[in-house]
Amino acid sequence: MRLMGQLGEWFDQRLQLGRPIREVMEHPVPRQTASWWYVFGSAALTIFMFQFVTGILLALVYVPSAGEAWSSLQTLNHQITLGWFIRALHGWGSNFMLAIVIIHMVQVFLFGAYKFPRELTWLLGVFLLLFTLGMAFTGQVLRFDQDAYWGLGIGASIASRVPVLGPALVKLLLGGPIIAGATLSRFFALHVFVIPGLLIGFVGLHVLMVLKLGVNEWPMPGRIVRRATYVREYHELTAKEGVPFVPYAIWKDIVFSGFILLSIALCAVMLGPFGPGGQPDPTIIQTAPKPDSFFLWIYALLSYLPPAAETPILLIAPLIGIVVLLVLPFFAGEGEKSWKRRPIAVLVILVAAVSLGTLTHLGQHTPWSPVMDAWSGQPIPAEYLKNRTPLEHEGALVFQSKQCHNCHSLAGEGGQRGPALDRVAVRLTPDQLVRQVIQGGGNMPAYGKNLSPAETTALVKFLETLHPAGQRPAQDASRAIAETDQH
Amino acid sequence: MTSSKDVSRRGFFAKIGLLFNGMVGAALAVPIVRYLASPVTRERKPGYDSWLPLGPLDKFPAGETRLATYRNPMVNAWDGETADIACWVRNVDGKKFQVFAVNCAHLGCPVRWFPQSNLFMCPCHGGAYYQDGSRASGPPERGLFEYPYKVQDGKLLIHAGEMPTPGRSASNSKGCSSCG
Repeated sequence: MRLMGQLGEWFDQRLQLGRPIREVMEHPVPRQTASWWYVFGSAALTIFMFQFVTGILLALVYVPSAGEAWSSLQTLNHQITLGWFIRALHGWGSNFMLAIVIIHMVQVFLFGAYKFPRELTWLLGVFLLLFTLGMAFTGQVLRFDQDAYWGLGIGASIASRVPVLGPALVKLLLGGPIIAGATLSRFFALHVFVIPGLLIGFVGLHVLMVLKLGVNEWPMPGRIVRRATYVREYHELTAKEGVPFVPYAIWKDIVFSGFILLSIALCAVMLGPFGPGGQPDPTIIQTAPKPDSFFLWIYALLSYLPPAAETPILLIAPLIGIVVLLVLPFFAGEGEKSWKRRPIAVLVILVAAVSLGTLTHLGQHTPWSPVMDAWSGQPIPAEYLKNRTPLEHEGALVFQSKQCHNCHSLAGEGGQRGPALDRVAVRLTPDQLVRQVIQGGGNMPAYGKNLSPAETTALVKFLETLHPAGQRPAQDASRAIAETDQH
Repeated sequence: MTSSKDVSRRGFFAKIGLLFNGMVGAALAVPIVRYLASPVTRERKPGYDSWLPLGPLDKFPAGETRLATYRNPMVNAWDGETADIACWVRNVDGKKFQVFAVNCAHLGCPVRWFPQSNLFMCPCHGGAYYQDGSRASGPPERGLFEYPYKVQDGKLLIHAGEMPTPGRSASNSKGCSSCG
């Protein structure tokens, strides 16, 4: 024990870190902040270090070469002892990191912690969120499979829409004229050197400021932040009811971090690593690329934006979002901190959560995409074909063979790109059906050139049978009069 | 003892030193920027894009649309299969051809050809195109990208070299005098 003490003294004489560390440990924090609400920042830091370690472990085997990356991941998954587990840890660590970072940010926002004098801490935090998203995207690229390949194509297509600079930006992004070896190399450099380096620097400053400025006090309704008096009031608060950071507050941080690491490990064991999916061969086009779950909402948004508004929204909206986050502490640097007195702040979080949740859900189900194999894989239900004339059966055949089923569902089966057709005869008269099939419109291709008159007649006859049992199909009243006149 | 005059003299030297470092840094920045910009400037070099054979004409029967592949002209040894690019070849009437990029004009996903309904459909956001590549429905703002082609010695050739994106179509690469 004495030897340990002497050794410690020897080091401290040279390092001189003992005193600052002791000061950090003993610095008083407001008693109420020793709360389970204050554990997310430290948990994000823990996962960051965890990702660092698991990332280095993967780099021992991974080959950042377009020709080899995919097979080196297969080797990790199947040949190397527990390689799959390390991949799973890193992949699940990434998901947990993003989730915790976002929860941390929401908590900081709702607790008003971005207000004076912690504006810069928030600012760095916004960049940390962007870097974390950058790590998630570049990491998805390093899992060099079909999704990664076509995901890069989507990224390049978005970049190409920048006025004037677009084509040059695409080449800078891809490192060449196509998605190939140079692309993977530069995303490797970003994922392993550039962004982690920035993260280390920004995390260091972020944590330093939390320690220097003191952790945000528990927001009380009516306790107003004023630039002139805040620092004095904060010191009075910590002097009156402060507790040493260690161990009063830190034990919850430690317990929660351990819980998160355990959750990552459990997910990794139970659910395994992510991919890789199909090999990145651009000549295999039978693929439906999808981004990782945290980017699904963007993927969904891209299918709902009207074509004319898409480019400006794609290029300008993210910038506006980032600028809003950056100027927030300067716009609302004083005033109420408690979310109980900030209804708009709460509303913003709720709207954002509902929007992102809905878009993510839609991104998982992609109702806007044709179901590519519905025409050959999903038959028309038998009850739609009972007691039908041969012509109507012929029409049902046209419905399948011309891939109508890929976009239109019957009895819940098939695509959702266009409207379900179970009751179409109630909505459209025979003449309207013919026109819709031949001319298209309302986001439906025109089939005039692809259907013979006989096929169109048969198809429309079949569509006319699609109405509920007790309900008459739509009829053109004038047509009935015209027909009576003829008799 | 150091006089204030001494300090200002040393301060002046420090500033000279900073200026010197700044000049060296600026000089070094030129090659670094040129190195970083090389993916953009490379297209001026020969071999960036060229006429590439897709195979003999009898691979593409009249009235049908078939998938063809080619190897990108500018390629690295470690590109592996990523340098193999696919395209759709439509033989319109035995004499006239259309060669489309597989990349959807919306966001670049690979479109699939459905001969039964004569449509190209995109799996990502539901874009659809007619057989002549024109836009049928969905989010794309335009039709499919088309490569310039020519027939030589019974083979079909296309002019290609970079991935077409909405900002730049496949056919407007530089140095393509014989296109169209």
